[in-house]
Amino acid sequence: MEPILSVRDLTIEYAARRGKVRAIRSVSFDVRRGEALALIGESGSGKTTLGLGIVQLLPSTARIAGGSIVYRRYSDTGQPMRETEVLTLKDADLRRFRWAECAMVFQSALNALNPVLRISDHFADTAKAHRYLSGPRQGAALTERSRHLLSRVRLDPDRVWRAFPHELSGGMRQRVLIALSLLLEPQLLILDEPTTALDILTQRNIMDVLKELRTQLDFSLVFISHDLSLAAELADRVATVYAGKIVEIGEVYTIFRNPHHPYTIGLIKAVPTLTSDKSELTSIPGSPPDLIELPSGCKFHPRCPLADDHCRREEPELIDVESGHRVACWRWQDARAVLKAYQV
Amino acid sequence: MGEPLITLEHVTRTFDVKRQTIKAVDDISLTIPEGEVLCLVGESGCGKTTTGKMIAGLLATSAGRILYRGQDIATMNRADRRRYRLGVQMVHQDPYASLNPVQMIYNIIAAPLQHHGFTRGEAATRERVRELLTTVDLTPPDDYLEKYPHQLSGGQRQRVSVARALTVRPSFIIADEAVSMVDVSIRISLLKMFGRLKDEMGVGVLFITHDLALAKYFAWEGRIGVMYLGRLAEIGPAQQVVAHPQHPYTQVLLSAIPEADPDRTRSKQRIELRSMDVPSLLRLPSGCAFHPRCPAFAGEICEKVVPPLKKAGWGSDVACHLVK
Repeated sequence: MEPILSVRDLTIEYAARRGKVRAIRSVSFDVRRGEALALIGESGSGKTTLGLGIVQLLPSTARIAGGSIVYRRYSDTGQPMRETEVLTLKDADLRRFRWAECAMVFQSALNALNPVLRISDHFADTAKAHRYLSGPRQGAALTERSRHLLSRVRLDPDRVWRAFPHELSGGMRQRVLIALSLLLEPQLLILDEPTTALDILTQRNIMDVLKELRTQLDFSLVFISHDLSLAAELADRVATVYAGKIVEIGEVYTIFRNPHHPYTIGLIKAVPTLTSDKSELTSIPGSPPDLIELPSGCKFHPRCPLADDHCRREEPELIDVESGHRVACWRWQDARAVLKAYQV
Repeated sequence: MGEPLITLEHVTRTFDVKRQTIKAVDDISLTIPEGEVLCLVGESGCGKTTTGKMIAGLLATSAGRILYRGQDIATMNRADRRRYRLGVQMVHQDPYASLNPVQMIYNIIAAPLQHHGFTRGEAATRERVRELLTTVDLTPPDDYLEKYPHQLSGGQRQRVSVARALTVRPSFIIADEAVSMVDVSIRISLLKMFGRLKDEMGVGVLFITHDLALAKYFAWEGRIGVMYLGRLAEIGPAQQVVAHPQHPYTQVLLSAIPEADPDRTRSKQRIELRSMDVPSLLRLPSGCAFHPRCPAFAGEICEKVVPPLKKAGWGSDVACHLVK
């Protein structure tokens, strides 16, 4: 599949009083047309920074220290139309790229709506800011499209359209935001922790809505989450992020059935499922590294049961271990041994 | 299992909000034996935290009684009240907010030891603080004594909270979403630590969570109680509640949970609700509160009669008219 987004050697740093926070370190990956890619990792792994970097919405303390993000627009018939380097986009072009090409739904989406505007105004404002269906006599078309999107996310437009955000539940607001993000028909949707802080039944509803939307509309999805079950449910491919780097990426079934990176294996073994046995579960020892004073060599080595001198000395790069499955680990062939090592 | 440690008798708690009354907990009766692990699960607003706070004595009941070792906590005398206060401790959800940021770990743990006279003299206190830090796996303890909370990770802070709760040798700990703010990679080790408290010191635990898989893992040989809009829908042995859910709400919850296994989660049989709308606590549905959403809705009886919690299969108690 052709990529719609190619991230190459992207490096993002934050300035902090103690020094440079190396949030994203030379990350490369593709997002393919129509696929759902999950970025999983713990808090502080850099996954949100990566999302913000793609839409160029990093806070002012952040600096892109290198790399490129190439975005490809495809025609309705699937022909590649043009390539854009996102990192050099300015002003009007950048504004157009955001939302019209690539939309993002932020974490804590519950605070993302303006409390004094009705839902209808949110749609009108977005359209106006992006000069979408906002000319004279286009109001009716905009209303119709907006209400259609609301019903697509399983909301009752009659109930929601004139409502204020506080009149809606958390799950309803999250769905309003998803509908809103799709208003300008973006090709790429980035969701940051889309179901965190929502109740189980509401989570289920959001997941079903996303699945449905993907079958009806043509867009790619990147979602950022610490929740492995969400990735197992929604993703086509999964990338594990650790200390600002992708340490493993592959097709969802491969990652869950045959993971090779000790961190991915550790994460999977740390999450109880309804059927898992008590003895199968273990924690990863230690805690995520300080991104200012990173360990030497492989950044996972202080927590890794297989770490040896090589791991402490030199950082491994992503290599192909089988078709479409890439791992950054010197000892990936010993993955089975890791399984045992975690069983303490 | 030992003697009943905590008993709830028809406990109800209401809150007044803008001249209206909300029933957060409605007529819950429950017995927790000494040394038991009980997990209360449910969605936000189901009353699980309110129940925990009432057991901890942080909230009074509006109706009904809570007994600690057979005595009503609302009317006990000074000495008994002191024993109860020390005997039941709480570990809060947010380890970033529950520790005093200007106190060193040593002081955080030493203060209750000295205040309640559990240790005498600097040397003995220091030794006991070391012991407690070792109990919660903060080893070597000397590395932590002079640290401040901001120098620790979330998981380590939560361990300090537990060590602090253990200072007064409690027989029961209430842990309200105690691992939900901790990174997934270290949740299990925290839970294992709680498990050890139970095995080695006989400390009972009330674990409040919204995560059924976590509840099953943690309770294992204990019980799970499922709450819905202030009432207990189902309570029973943890393994059975997950393997053989009997209340339609428990069944819906279990079918809705995504699992960290793409094969299983994508082939899972889903049970659809009749309505996605969560009723407002201000206007609770009549009869069984779950009836407007219940996939097994059976007409008039569900709309009119509140189903009592009664003995059902698999050692569970279930509040549903359809479960015999």
